[in-house]
Amino acid sequence: MATEAHVQHPNYVKIWGILVVLLVVSVLGSMTHIRNVVLIAAFGVAVVKAYLVAKNFMHVTIEKRWVPYLLIVCLLFVVILFAGVSPDVMKHSGLHWSNPSANAPAQPGAAAAHE
Amino acid sequence: MSTEVQHAEPGIFQKYFFSTDHKIIAMQYLFTGMAMALIGGFFAYVFRMQLGFPNQHVPGYGIVTPGKYNALVTMHGSIMIFWVAMPVLIAAFGNFLIPLMVGCDDMAFPRINRLSYQIFLASALILLASFLVKGGAFGGAWTAYPPLSASGAYNLTPAGAVLWLLAVALEFVAFLLGGINFTVTTMNSRAPGMKMYDIPLVVWMIVLASVIFMCSAGPLIAGAVMLLFDQTMSTGFYDPTRGGDPLLWQHLFWFFGHPEVYVVLLPAMGIVAEIVAVFARKKIFGYKTVLYTTWAVGFLSFVVWAHHQFVAGIDPRMANIFSVTTLLISVPITEMVFLYIATLYGGSIRLDTPMLWALGFIAEFMIGGVTGIFLGSSSTDIYLHDTYFVIAHFHYTFVPIAIIAVYAGLTFWYPKMFGRMLNEKLGKIHFWGTVIPFNVIFIPLFITGTAGDQRRIYSYAQFAEQSRPALQHLRTTSTIALLFMLAFQLVFLFNSFWSLRHGRRAEANPWRSSTLEWTVPSPPPHGNFAELPTVYRGPYEYGLAGCAEDFAPQNVPDAALAEGVKV
Amino acid sequence: MSASVKPIANTRSGTGIPTARLITWWVIASEIVIFGGLLASYIMHRIGHPEWADSAAHTNTWAGAFNTFVLLTSSLFAVLAHKAADAHDGPKAAKLLRLTSLGGLIFLIVKGFEWTADIREGFVLSSGGFWQFYYTLTGLHGLHVLAGMIIMLVVASDAAKNQELQRVECIGLYWHFVDIVWIFLFPLLYIAR
Repeated sequence: MATEAHVQHPNYVKIWGILVVLLVVSVLGSMTHIRNVVLIAAFGVAVVKAYLVAKNFMHVTIEKRWVPYLLIVCLLFVVILFAGVSPDVMKHSGLHWSNPSANAPAQPGAAAAHE
Repeated sequence: MSTEVQHAEPGIFQKYFFSTDHKIIAMQYLFTGMAMALIGGFFAYVFRMQLGFPNQHVPGYGIVTPGKYNALVTMHGSIMIFWVAMPVLIAAFGNFLIPLMVGCDDMAFPRINRLSYQIFLASALILLASFLVKGGAFGGAWTAYPPLSASGAYNLTPAGAVLWLLAVALEFVAFLLGGINFTVTTMNSRAPGMKMYDIPLVVWMIVLASVIFMCSAGPLIAGAVMLLFDQTMSTGFYDPTRGGDPLLWQHLFWFFGHPEVYVVLLPAMGIVAEIVAVFARKKIFGYKTVLYTTWAVGFLSFVVWAHHQFVAGIDPRMANIFSVTTLLISVPITEMVFLYIATLYGGSIRLDTPMLWALGFIAEFMIGGVTGIFLGSSSTDIYLHDTYFVIAHFHYTFVPIAIIAVYAGLTFWYPKMFGRMLNEKLGKIHFWGTVIPFNVIFIPLFITGTAGDQRRIYSYAQFAEQSRPALQHLRTTSTIALLFMLAFQLVFLFNSFWSLRHGRRAEANPWRSSTLEWTVPSPPPHGNFAELPTVYRGPYEYGLAGCAEDFAPQNVPDAALAEGVKV
Repeated sequence: MSASVKPIANTRSGTGIPTARLITWWVIASEIVIFGGLLASYIMHRIGHPEWADSAAHTNTWAGAFNTFVLLTSSLFAVLAHKAADAHDGPKAAKLLRLTSLGGLIFLIVKGFEWTADIREGFVLSSGGFWQFYYTLTGLHGLHVLAGMIIMLVVASDAAKNQELQRVECIGLYWHFVDIVWIFLFPLLYIAR
């Protein structure tokens, strides 16, 4: 079954060029060692690059609408996972709380409590 | 056009072992699942004998040592969920029903379908192989919490632990493949005229279950890779002395584990919906409401998981949140049950065996549901966690799902699958002989659990503060009831095998149902439809006046209805 | 076993999307949660263990950046292959797919050198902390690159005969997804570590 030409093909080489420039920007940004610059250069650029690939190479914006919604919902589940788990795994103390047993050094199993 | 099947008549091997026909694959899943059920049921028999008659020789097994007890309960849980409930409810019924009910000739990707069964079979064989390795089957509970599951020095079943994990991982891959196939087929391969709201509920439910499974299994697959490395490659993902965290596994596991119970619940509710409509001769009350409610349940199921971890030392603020969401999820489920009851109200009810099972599901599942409220509230759960109350609760949900609804589906679609009718009288004996003992098994366990009986203890004799001899009669009662329940399953085994040869031959539509699978011969030929159908209406047009029949099949045009339906 | 009889079920399109592309989107959706789960686990641990920065400093930024460049370029070839397939030019699509695969191979070879260097310095999977995640993340990603390459070569061999051209777009979609995962792994493991 042959493909139907369902997309208008943009200039892919131009998009690739932009992606490479962004890559260079992210590497240069990381070399400044200024925390906020590094973070934006690294992750901000990553988000932009991912969007460019999704839009221009995967044609996700021309696809039936529910497709990007499905993908976003899957991402949302990952965010929910992160939100639900990080209070226990990521930090063991915060502004107003601390988890002393998690903060304590790990010890071998306690001796049996009963005789 | 559809049965223009070019290949020559296949040999036995090709036809039964390498078939890509969805109906054969369905049977493969069904029989594998039922075989695993025998094994899982046998394990339940053994450990319940240990609990009812502690430290005595169990007929057919021997003495149950503590290590063996752990392996038995681990394997019972794992087998029943992963190798019985899922293959039968989702893969067997899904494979058999979906192409027939949406009006096409097979799944969209038959070879991927076959591959998924082969992977599933491999997973089952690996699990069975784990019984034979040094140390025996994994004994760290189906929840496999590290460090117990990560360290062979703790669980004493290092080889079994690795094999168990591999088996589960392969089973996940099989169901990811199969589920995606079901979803694509339902979305794309429907008969012309079958719009979204004309799809039978059981198909919707199986597809939604597959989607829920797909979205929840991912993090656990990641977690399983990490656990496998902890087991075999000396990593420390879950080892706090090496920068890891055992709670991470718990969260990853239950992030999957809770949606998983809805993954198995939804197909069960779908089966019950089909049967209720047919045997009450009435449209499902609020089809769209049922559908939207199911979507809500599906989404909510992703935000309740940590109610399994209330006593694990999680952040108490999260415990509050999860308590609220857990109590909230009971609302849409209850609403669905009400909709089924509303369907029954005013219906012309026939209490054939499938309907008995469907009604049994509703009644028993409700008990499971209300007892879940005590566990969803974090305050009461602190007391009840890890007691037999929890076991009784989840058996009051799982048994309706994996046993009652399965029998409902099997007795309902048996004529279509095998071309014969099951014996009604034996069916009713089997029904009562299963449901009554089932209640006698688990009601005592609510009582012993509330009294404080802890789970996963092979014998209370070892733990002075645990052993409550006054309750032993309840434990023994539970065991004896299980013996009865297991014995009555022989009635079903006999009925289903005997009827294969000697049952009354089934016509195409013995239950006078309106969905598409009943328009083809029993059993359906390869390719399903001599002429692919067009669909003109929804799936539950029952109780019609002014037509020759009291129902309108989906594939009969309006004009032809008044002339009467050829059954 | 190439052009076998397809069931009618495969040729229908209730959604308007051809079944091949539809199944590809669902596969990608499931992979989002798999990688998402692993990445979320890593991020949580990394934020909770600031001391891992010392280990993380040992990853080779230039190798990572080069690999990013390689994958981006291979994605370009993949989408050009799609364009060729749309124009019914099977042989050209096949050639471009094979170039994409070559990109994947280069990626894996560079990764191999990277891992060898790390292992020589004594950082192995069981070194705990940062390294167990580093190897698992890049390993799982690498497996997906390898699987993608193999499938791509199979699709290319059909496309060269102008058969099953719809699969060119689909394997391309998968490849772009694998590229996007790396787009996030690169900053996580190499530059914002």
